Formats: sequence, structure tokens, C-alpha cells
Amino acid sequence: MNQPASLLWLARHELQLSWRDWQTLVTGGQRRRIPIVAGVILIVAVLMHALAYHLIGPYAPSGIDPERATLILVTGCALLSGSLTLSQAMEMVTRVFYARADLDLVFSSPVSARKVFAVRVAAIALSTTVMTVPLAAPFINVLAYSGGLRWLGAYGVAVAMGLTASAVALTLTVALFRTLGARRTRLVAQIVAAIVGAIFVIGVQALAILSTNTLSRFAALQSDALKTIAPGLDSPFWWPARAIMGDVPALIGVLMASLVLLAATTLAFSGRFASYATAAAGVSATLIRQRPRANAFRDTTPQHILRRKEWALLKRDPWLVSQSLMQVLYLLPPALLLWRNYGTGGEAIVVLVPVLVMAAGQLAGGLAWLAVSGEDAPDLVATAPVPQARILRAKVEAVLGSIVMVVAPLIILLALTSLYEAFVTIIGVMLAAASATLIQLWFRKQAKRSHFRRRQTSSRIATFAEAFSSISWAGTAGLAAAGSWFAIGSGILAFGLLAGVRAIRPR
Amino acid sequence: MNPSHPAPALHVRGLSKRFDRPAVDGLDLTVRAGEFYTLLGPNGAGKTTTLRMVAGLLQPDAGDIAIFGIDARLDQVAAKQIVAWVSDEPMIYDKLTPYEYLEFVAGLWNTDAGKARASADALIDWLGLAPHAHERCESFSRGMRQKVALAGALVHDPRLIILDEPLTGLDAGSARQVKDVLLARVRAGGTVLMTTHILEVAERMAERIGVIANGRLIAEGTLAELRAQAGGEGSSLEDIFLDLVAEETAEQASGQAAAA
Repeated sequence: MNQPASLLWLARHELQLSWRDWQTLVTGGQRRRIPIVAGVILIVAVLMHALAYHLIGPYAPSGIDPERATLILVTGCALLSGSLTLSQAMEMVTRVFYARADLDLVFSSPVSARKVFAVRVAAIALSTTVMTVPLAAPFINVLAYSGGLRWLGAYGVAVAMGLTASAVALTLTVALFRTLGARRTRLVAQIVAAIVGAIFVIGVQALAILSTNTLSRFAALQSDALKTIAPGLDSPFWWPARAIMGDVPALIGVLMASLVLLAATTLAFSGRFASYATAAAGVSATLIRQRPRANAFRDTTPQHILRRKEWALLKRDPWLVSQSLMQVLYLLPPALLLWRNYGTGGEAIVVLVPVLVMAAGQLAGGLAWLAVSGEDAPDLVATAPVPQARILRAKVEAVLGSIVMVVAPLIILLALTSLYEAFVTIIGVMLAAASATLIQLWFRKQAKRSHFRRRQTSSRIATFAEAFSSISWAGTAGLAAAGSWFAIGSGILAFGLLAGVRAIRPR
Repeated sequence: MNPSHPAPALHVRGLSKRFDRPAVDGLDLTVRAGEFYTLLGPNGAGKTTTLRMVAGLLQPDAGDIAIFGIDARLDQVAAKQIVAWVSDEPMIYDKLTPYEYLEFVAGLWNTDAGKARASADALIDWLGLAPHAHERCESFSRGMRQKVALAGALVHDPRLIILDEPLTGLDAGSARQVKDVLLARVRAGGTVLMTTHILEVAERMAERIGVIANGRLIAEGTLAELRAQAGGEGSSLEDIFLDLVAEETAEQASGQAAAA
């Protein structure tokens, strides 16, 4: 049954590798951290269940009927979660074709490439499902506890979502291979994956702004316009929502459909796996000529040349630009809100303040990591006759300069509507960006620039601290913009958080 | 400083660094100004750790480092101004062109713009990089990347060039170009301190050779002096090196046994 090179044998091998990858991801490669990680997971699970109970617990016992408004809301939530799952699956499928880790060994062995491909697609489906379930589990468990066991059917839908996302991701990636070729598919697939992860959230927010003039996704999902254009109650379109709500025939239908979809795509594309992977292996970096600058080699300061280098490296890497500017995508709905309310002085604009502050903090964190930890020639910079403090200052200036370029236009527009809110936003953006940059400086650890997406693994504390810091400053700015005295308390909390992070920084 | 006795390019005394075990153990080393000095040693002997401390990339636990009379631990910036470091793994920026890379390095060293431009043009030409001077480095082979890194090390006209296994992975043509550039630099008055595993390179290029094992300098001199020290007239550097290292390893093993 478990013969070498059989499907099961290959599956066991993949499972073992995935398990070790996951262990490294959560423990940073240190086994002694396992109890700490387990403790953190337990605490987060308890908190998530408490949050889920607070949000939906009171409504569950009275029963939630599958009428149109509920079905729209449940489907919308499933699609929100599904867009993230699809984004993750696309990232993994791209890796199947491009990661050279063991493909040379596999292709030079007598094992069938179709088998390898089938196992890897199954592994992707499993991984995406495993990633979807923990996010949905607290809500499903609360619904099952308060509203009855029928809600456990939602777990089945989470599995179906993982299978469907894998099938769609596979189809999209193969389509990119066919239309763009191996050279461009990787970059485009990664950008598409990033956009897919954000597009639904942004789309629903945009709909909310246009229909209700708020940023609330739920308001959009409950709008009358959507209810009018939604299909009839007996449409198969509602099967996933019905399955989530415990309709067993719908659940079986959804599971069967997703399984058939994944099996069909795997069968359809497995024959081409070897040829696509080989084409991907043959891709070398594109030869790009730069136009020589007329004013090259002019007298300048080391700080200036460091800042220019940081900006040039960022500007010339579309993948990094797409990754680090993902946060900027989330600024589109607030920009739309600003445009809609421009000149009216409406209260809706207050929501812009925390969104801008949050985005600036997150963007600064990413850029600071690239400039400080993601330095590709650390020895060169360290051996230069420039004091370390000046090097760091130049890099921080490059980061903050980029933030200014991104948020300044929106703040200027905001200032034309409300000077006070613009002033609060400027202060908030400065504090959030400076805090995120400081956290990255305190927790800097040399890494390759190309590892940007996995930067969280080098320091989980830094990742959480950066996120909480941005949230705290966003909250403080939001409260200040709304004229609340609670802003003082929130600001003290944000400073306290920063001081706490500084105290535990590695020395 | 006495002008009739110019300061050595590098003067290291009692240099020590310990990781899990001592990597460099009270090392004394002197490299004269204007010489080509090669450091040999088995894997894990402490060569790279020594060079990284001299280049200011690692903080020593103990010892003194003087570069042309400048105390490198007290005045790091002044010492770094006259030193260049090239590692075995060329660390360059994929998204910059060789010309932009040289401009960046010259800017970091605050080199006069006119001199830096002339130096960059000459190095690019000399190392055969001219056709690729304005192409991004991401498509370059290892040999080309190493040549770009070497050009970067030389563009600010350092007095002491420290190279850690610079010929690793280079084809014969690229290795020859790198060696020629280094020899020319020494002829022009520069000083080169280099580690290598290729004994033939040390034999042909170095004026003096140091052999390091277990973090200590166990032998030093010209090839003839090393032969005399090893007592093997006519023996190759490989024989001498292997004899010296075997002797040191045996001595250390007997020392450890006696201590136990």
C-alpha cells in the first residue's frame, strides 16, 4: 500500500515536509519555543471564542432563518474569507512551479510527474483548508454551542472552500503560464494573489461608501440594492450559505462540487506540470539596461547616496512594490469616501483619520524591514567609513520620505475639508510610522530582501508589536479627530506599548 | 610615527574571539605596507573570523588591531576609510548596474567625484565589465558579480584590501582577471591580505604566507622560509601546509590529552 514512489508514499513525504515547515514558521526553528507557541495559540483561541460569542452569541439561540438578507450576509462573509483563501492558494501554486527545492531531484527520478503534481495539489488544498478553519472555528463553535449542532456543517464548507480555492488558483496560474509565459507568470501571479486577497474587502467597502456613505462592509451586504439583484431563494448560488447554516443536502452538494472541481483541474493540468516546471526552471533574470544618469558620480554625502539607493531598489522591484504597497490598496475606499464627501464637511470623513494612520504604520514597518534588515550588502555598508548611527538615520529618512509621498496627497485633500483633522492625521501618521520603524530597528535581523513575505517569522514579537502599535495610534488619532478626551488614554497606552517593546528588545 | 619606519599595513596583537569554542586565540600578525600576504589554514582555523575582525565586521573579545598606525578599535571610521573588504560571496545589489554600484560605494567612502568616476571607468574596463556596465546585476553570473564586488572594493582606492576566498567559484578567465587586478594594485603600492584554499594561488602570488590553525599563526614567511621551517627542501606548498597543520593538530590533541 505504501510502496516507495506510490501516491501515498509521496503524500507522506509532502506531509512531513509541510509539518516541518509549519513548525519552523511558528517556532522560528527553536523547538524549546513549542510550549510558548502552544500557550499563545490557546490564549488566542480563547480570546477569539470570547469575541465570537460577543458578536454573534446573542443572536444564535433565537434561530437564524435562511431568508434572503441572512443568505446575502453569510455568502458575503464566506466570499470575504474565500478571497483570502484564494490569494493564499495562488501563492502556493506558484511555488509548486517555481520553487526549485527538490524538483530537479524529482524530475531526474523515474517517478511520474503527474503523481507528484497530484500530491502537491492535494497538499495545497489541505494547507489552505487548515489555514481557513482556525479563523472560522470560533464563530462556528459559538453558533454550534448556542444555536445547535447543525452549524457544524460550516466546517464542511471551510473544507470545500479550501478545495475550490486550490482548483481556481491552479486554473488561474496555468492560464497565466499560457498567456504570459514562464518568465512573467511568477511576478504577475504574486501580484494577482495579493490583489485577490484585498479586492473583495475593498470592493465591498467601495459599495458601502457609494450606497450608505460609510466604510462598513456589513452595511453594504445589507443594502436594499443588493437584496433586489440577489438570485431567488431556491438558487444553487445560496448552497454554500445554506450549508453553513446546517442544510445537509446543500453541504453534500457543495462538498461534492468542490471535490469534482479539484479532481478535474488536477487531471486536466497534471500532464503539463513537468513542462511548465521545466520552463520555469529555464527562466533567468531578464536583462535590463538602465539609462546612465547624466549627473552620475557627483559630490554628495553618504546619507544622500544611501537614501537614493533605498529608493532605487524599491522602485525597481515591482514585486516588492506590490507587496509593500498592499496597505495602500486599502486606502482606496477612504479616498473614495473623501471624494464623495469632499467639500461637505460631513462627519463621515472622521473615519479617514485612523485608516490613514493605520496604513502609514503598516507601510512604514514593511519599508523599514526592507531598508534595515533586508540590506543585500550588509558587509559593504558595515565596512564603510560612516558611523552606524548615520547609516541608520539615512535609512529611516528613506522610509519616512516614502510614507510622506504616499499619504501626503490624501492629507492635503483632507486639509482642504478640515484643518483640524488633517493636523491630527499628520501627528498620527508621524507617530505610527516612527513607532513601526523603531520596532523594526530594535528587532532587526539580517535577511534576504526576497524573504520580505516571510519577515514575520524572524520575530513574532516585532510583528505583533508593529500591528498593535499601528492600531493604538490609529485609535488615538481617531478619538482625537472625533474630539474625545479618551484620546489621551489611548495615546498613553500606545507610548506604554512602545516602551514595553523597547524593554524586551534583543540586545 | 617615524617616517623611516613606516607603520605596517596591519598590526594585530593578541587578537581573540570566542564563539562556542575559541575561533581566534591570541593571534599576532603583521602585514607590511605594499606586500601581498596570503593567509592559509584548514576549514574552521579562524581565517575568516580574523579578517572580519580586522574589517570591523566583528567585535574582538581581546587584542589590538592597527591599520597603518590607526587603532581600528578606537577610531573605526578612520580605519575603515583606508580599507576594503571582499567576501567569498559577492554582496552586490541585484537591481543596480555595476556603474551605479560603483557610484554608490564611492559615495559611501565620500570619494572625490572626479577621481571616483575615472577609477570606475578604468576598473570596469579592466575587469571586462564595459559591455554590461549599465545592465542590472540580477542577470550576472557568479564570476561577473565577484568582479563587480572587487571593482567596488577598489573604486575608493583603499590602502589595504582584505579578501576572503575571492576566487571561489570563478572560472579560469575570471580568476586570472581578479589576480591580475590584485597584483597590479600591489605593484602600485597597495597592500593585499587574502585567504585562499587554492595553494597554487598563494604559491604564485603571495610575497609572504601565514599558516593559521586553531586560531593561532603557526608559521609565517616566504615560500623559501616556510620550506626551511618545515625542513623539506624542494617540497611543495601543499606538502608544507599539510605537515604544519598535521603537526599542530597532533600537538593540540596531546595537549588536550595531558590536560585531561
